[in-house]
Amino acid sequence: MSEKKAPVAPRSADAESVGGAERTQFQMIVSRFLRHRAAMISLAVLVVIVLFTFVGPLLWRWDHTVHLEVPPSVPPNPDHPLGTTTAGHDVLGQLMRGTQQTLKVAFTVSVLGTVIGSLWGATAGYYGGRVDGLMMRVVDVFLIVPLLVMVAAIAGNVRGGTTWYAVALIISFFAWAQIARVVRGVVLSLREQEYVEAARASGASPGWIIVRHLLPNAAGPIIVAATLLIAVAILLEAGMSFLQFGIQPPDISLGQMISDARTAVSTRPWLFYPPGLMLLAICLTINFIGDGLRDALDPRQSMVRR
Amino acid sequence: MLVYTVRRVLGTIPILILASVLTFVLIDVSGDPLTQLRMQQPPPDPSVIELQEERLYLDRSMPERYWLWVTGIGGHGDIGLLQGEFGPSTQSNSYDIGAQLAERLGVTLRLVGAAMLLALGLAILAGVVSAMRQYSKIDYTLTFIGFLALSMPVFWFGGIMQHAGVSFNDLVGEQVFATIGDGLYQAQGEDLWGRITNALAYMTLPTIVLMLTSFASWSRYQRTAMLEVLNSDYVRLAKAKGLPNRVVVRRHALRTALIPLTTVVAVGIAGVIDGTVLTEQVFQWRGLGEFFVNAIETNDSYALMAWLLLSGVTVILANLVADLLYGVLDPRIRYE
Amino acid sequence: MTTTEHMSNEETSSPGTGDVVLEVRDLSVTFPSDDGPLPAVREVSYVLRRGEALGIVGESGSGKSVTSMAIMGLLPKNARVEGSAKVLGQEVVGLDDAEISKVRGNRIAMIFQDPLTSLNPVYTVGYQIAEAVLAHHKVGKKAAMARALELLELVDIPNPAQRLKQYPHELSGGMRQRVVIAIAMANEPDVIIADEPTTALDVTVQAQVLEALESARKETGAALVLITHDLGVVAGHVDRVGVMYGGRLVETGPVEEVFYRPRMPYALGLLGSLPRLDEDRNERLTPILGTPPSLLTLPGGCAFAPRCPMARDLCHEQEPSLLATAENGERVRVPVEDTGAHTAACHFSEELEGAQPTDLFRGTAVGAETTDTGGTADTGGTAESVAESEERAEQAERALARADGSGDTADGSGREAILTVRDLVKHFPIRSKGLLKRRIGEVQAVSGISLDLYEHETLALVGESGCGKSTTARLMLQLIRQTSGEVEYRGQPLHSMSQRQLRPLRRDLQLVFQDPFASLDPRMTVSDIVAEPLRIHGRRNGEAKKRVRELLELVGLNVEHGSRYPHEFSGGQRQRIGVARALALNPKVLILDEPVSALDVSIQAGVINLLEDLQDDLGLSYLFVSHDLSVVKHIADRVAVMYLGKIVETGTTEELFRAPAHPYTQALISAIPLPDPVKERTRERIVVTGDVPSPADPPSGCRFRTRCPKFADELSESERVKCVEEPPELVDRGTGHPDACHYSRAVELI
Repeated sequence: MSEKKAPVAPRSADAESVGGAERTQFQMIVSRFLRHRAAMISLAVLVVIVLFTFVGPLLWRWDHTVHLEVPPSVPPNPDHPLGTTTAGHDVLGQLMRGTQQTLKVAFTVSVLGTVIGSLWGATAGYYGGRVDGLMMRVVDVFLIVPLLVMVAAIAGNVRGGTTWYAVALIISFFAWAQIARVVRGVVLSLREQEYVEAARASGASPGWIIVRHLLPNAAGPIIVAATLLIAVAILLEAGMSFLQFGIQPPDISLGQMISDARTAVSTRPWLFYPPGLMLLAICLTINFIGDGLRDALDPRQSMVRR
Repeated sequence: MLVYTVRRVLGTIPILILASVLTFVLIDVSGDPLTQLRMQQPPPDPSVIELQEERLYLDRSMPERYWLWVTGIGGHGDIGLLQGEFGPSTQSNSYDIGAQLAERLGVTLRLVGAAMLLALGLAILAGVVSAMRQYSKIDYTLTFIGFLALSMPVFWFGGIMQHAGVSFNDLVGEQVFATIGDGLYQAQGEDLWGRITNALAYMTLPTIVLMLTSFASWSRYQRTAMLEVLNSDYVRLAKAKGLPNRVVVRRHALRTALIPLTTVVAVGIAGVIDGTVLTEQVFQWRGLGEFFVNAIETNDSYALMAWLLLSGVTVILANLVADLLYGVLDPRIRYE
Repeated sequence: MTTTEHMSNEETSSPGTGDVVLEVRDLSVTFPSDDGPLPAVREVSYVLRRGEALGIVGESGSGKSVTSMAIMGLLPKNARVEGSAKVLGQEVVGLDDAEISKVRGNRIAMIFQDPLTSLNPVYTVGYQIAEAVLAHHKVGKKAAMARALELLELVDIPNPAQRLKQYPHELSGGMRQRVVIAIAMANEPDVIIADEPTTALDVTVQAQVLEALESARKETGAALVLITHDLGVVAGHVDRVGVMYGGRLVETGPVEEVFYRPRMPYALGLLGSLPRLDEDRNERLTPILGTPPSLLTLPGGCAFAPRCPMARDLCHEQEPSLLATAENGERVRVPVEDTGAHTAACHFSEELEGAQPTDLFRGTAVGAETTDTGGTADTGGTAESVAESEERAEQAERALARADGSGDTADGSGREAILTVRDLVKHFPIRSKGLLKRRIGEVQAVSGISLDLYEHETLALVGESGCGKSTTARLMLQLIRQTSGEVEYRGQPLHSMSQRQLRPLRRDLQLVFQDPFASLDPRMTVSDIVAEPLRIHGRRNGEAKKRVRELLELVGLNVEHGSRYPHEFSGGQRQRIGVARALALNPKVLILDEPVSALDVSIQAGVINLLEDLQDDLGLSYLFVSHDLSVVKHIADRVAVMYLGKIVETGTTEELFRAPAHPYTQALISAIPLPDPVKERTRERIVVTGDVPSPADPPSGCRFRTRCPKFADELSESERVKCVEEPPELVDRGTGHPDACHYSRAVELI
């Protein structure tokens, strides 16, 4: 039986049709995110908040400091939409500045924590074995540390006052561990992927593999974790400020505003509710955006059904 | 199992040592206990400062101080963890850190215990309901509540609850909820019923505030774990055996989905400690939270170290217990 | 058993509903999805009589599992189930939980695919079996445990009393599947549905588990629905077969009828695309073109029409129904109760009378290829016949060369080995979980292997999971480093080279992986994936682009597809992409690690043909790692059989399959199910017991002795001593090829 016939050129033995939509991955991720309604609304709200805090101060006549022209203890009115404090601050001005400081801290923490955590986690995951064991033990210690207590203790103990970047640095120092754990897990599993082995079989260097394969594939979980870290940082900063160990007067932060208004919930509610609602709104939107990103970037979802 | 237990217990020793080093170094490096003294106007006499430095062992090098802090060898008898002494306080010569901690521990444990039990129970319930009715209205509602609770600043929520309590009292014209203090003083001399009503009055609001965050994260976790198990092959096989749904859920799904929760709760202790500090501050309890805030405000290094070490030990022990519990619950670990 | 059950078939073919245990009528299942409703099962009807065994065959996504899950009421809540399924006359579709719980496990039981996840890890085996008893019988816990013990004996588990108290993780996969069978048998159900019960198991274990299932069934008299993709398993174990495609039953009938006289082109094509143990190696496979349809976009007419070589306009317009062909050639509807009838859903099924797969699929294959690849196929038409005759001549030459080659390799002289391995050893440390990661033992993955791979030949490395074959493959590429031993490529010692020194040599040695879903980076386009090796070796962009086009064409992919991402391709296409990547640097040696085992049968054949063609055209040497002896027999020139890190037998494919000498090889060949009902039921078998021992603690002497049928049954006490004490050498013991058994004897099995 010399049936074994090999046509030289046309060898497409199975003309399998290419299934699925002809969209790039990026488009698919975007479209999945767009479909997450809560995340979309949250994104819009967050954009408004960011504009309000960073552009608002340029347009509004009062800043966060005491002004003689500001009448003390006035409830909301056309001149002072959110009222004023007993000392003579305009609450709207304070709110803008406080939110700004909070966001600056949170974004800085997110960036720093993600960089430190990613490097730490990727190193541990890539080398594995004993290096991994030791590095992750350090992460374990950081993970079980009561974060707020730790940052408050350090910040409160530090000589002199603390500025927003000092606060951000201290929070970053303790908050990177979660990122490290995520990244390490991802890298550990990616390292074993056959496409990484294929690259090694072709003679790729570790640098090539990290840049070409590990980082792009770990990007999704890192982005999600970095987003959620923003919310964690905001609550941490607010907690510190509430305990008076965060950003110090005359500068202002949302936690400090709540702390100052604590005894005035019933008498001067306009001092108490705005900063809290602002914190809640930011954290809620960021948590929803994180959830939407997770849905969109989850690698399990990007796999088509077999 | 015995080998497993012994190994785990021994395994915590290096972690405890590491925690003590970390605590000591961080606090020691970051601040100076005599900040306030040095900043005084007019400047105090150098001999006063010197005296204080000697009292607080600041005249010794850091490694020496650490050794002293742990063992107490070569100290004045007021230092040395191994001897049950936590070191001299900056607040006053008579301020006994150990005694203070012990006194406040009871106050805080009451709050923490109640909040954790409540959070755990509700979280399991919510998680199971959510998972069983995935994508239903109740699932979405619980999910939203979870997100809301996760995003809520504890101290702000505490303020709202306090205000709500006061309003409620005004409305019914009776002191139903106490919104300030821990109520231990008021409970003295009461009979059992009096103690119970007292505890309810003082504890209800802070407990709700403290459990909120834990409830949120644990219920999310429980939902995920439950969903995973409900979609597992062995739950399918259990159904195929002819077990009714409620038996499958209770015996096969819930039983296995609870195992990983032990670890999550143990790790979550850290969050509870954070929450306790804030909650006690809002409701003005004289517990460990207040001790902590005081210690920072007075640059009381040894008090701060003692507090941090205590919370560190708590977290480590909680994780140890979770590990051991895991071994009991999961036969795969037991025989490893 | 064949004869008796076949007789009962004849008897019952006259409709009498009394002995029907399962009756499925017009069962349809639809899942909601983001892209619209997904019809997973469409109008499936069949009946199952008492004690009968029905096989349901189909590829992934054909709806075969969903059908049975619908009957069991185990589908997720969002699935819409229509139609009827009656168990002993009782309707089970739409029953509430309390009602269906009384039926499940009692009247109808199910066995699932993956034994590793089917049992709850936190309860003992005994508890889980007793639970099944207690679910339907009001007996005491003690009585239930006693029954559990009885059941474990029934499914042939050694030391049953001890097993009762063990947890699932302490049992091997095969053992666990027996426990699942015991659970299914617990209440003597009338129907057992086995959903791919052996797919996750090794072949030798598969044989044991199927036997356990058979004996348990005999004991309880249960009827069986055996769902599988493996035509061989079906051939040996059922009376009737139903073939599913695109969510429908497309052919049903007695097993001999369907296997010997298929009436639906799909069934015929499946049989033709299967590499077979009982056929000669130079028989080229006839793949079915295309891929199974997406259920979201089912074609209007017959679901198979787009892949069918005899499809006409009618096929694309009207979906054929399941009809039998009467004596006079007319297509008639037969009642579902007529279980003796042979029905097919094809408008032209009478044309398949006496057709061979090659008749149908060979001729059209070329035509379809011509239309498909457009530009490249300009040579079609008249030029084709010329090309073909040239091809034939070449073919003959090659066959000659191959015969020469194999003659040479047998005595080890003549051609030069391109890749050689000497005494290769690899131990993996087992480390403690603690901080220190102490070394607490080692897995002896590879224990002294020597191989020679000659130019332009295919050497197959065969063995069950955990035998060390993949480790050997990676050692040969130096992707992992050996504990000791030598690997030489054209006289250059790879084992002592640094990674830097190895780099230029990597061009010559490339790897193709098993899992086409994991081996392609999901974030890179196909072009980038194929070009990656070129870029690593510093080729310029333009050059690389040109080469990628060449490569995609070479493996039969559309060049325009280069800008797409892997997830847009099917399994077979992805595997082709993987091959293209491996070929990018013009390698001399390809190491193929189970390259087709993750693919559906109809797709598998196309990839095998591609590999064969590439070898001929490019003069490649293949090291073909596989657990599937049928594929190996088809593709390999020489075979080395591995067991627990050692080679137990090696020889030319012809020698090894004609006269296997080592008991393990014999058992392995015996365990492969033949897709031929008569041969499969009458063949001689050499069966092994138990599971592969842990490579962390292999048996002394001959590593196979703990499972060896010869050791257990034939050898005397004094002869056994040698097996226990002395590891057998790999030498020729008069069978014409080397084996590693002290008492080897060639046996003819096929």
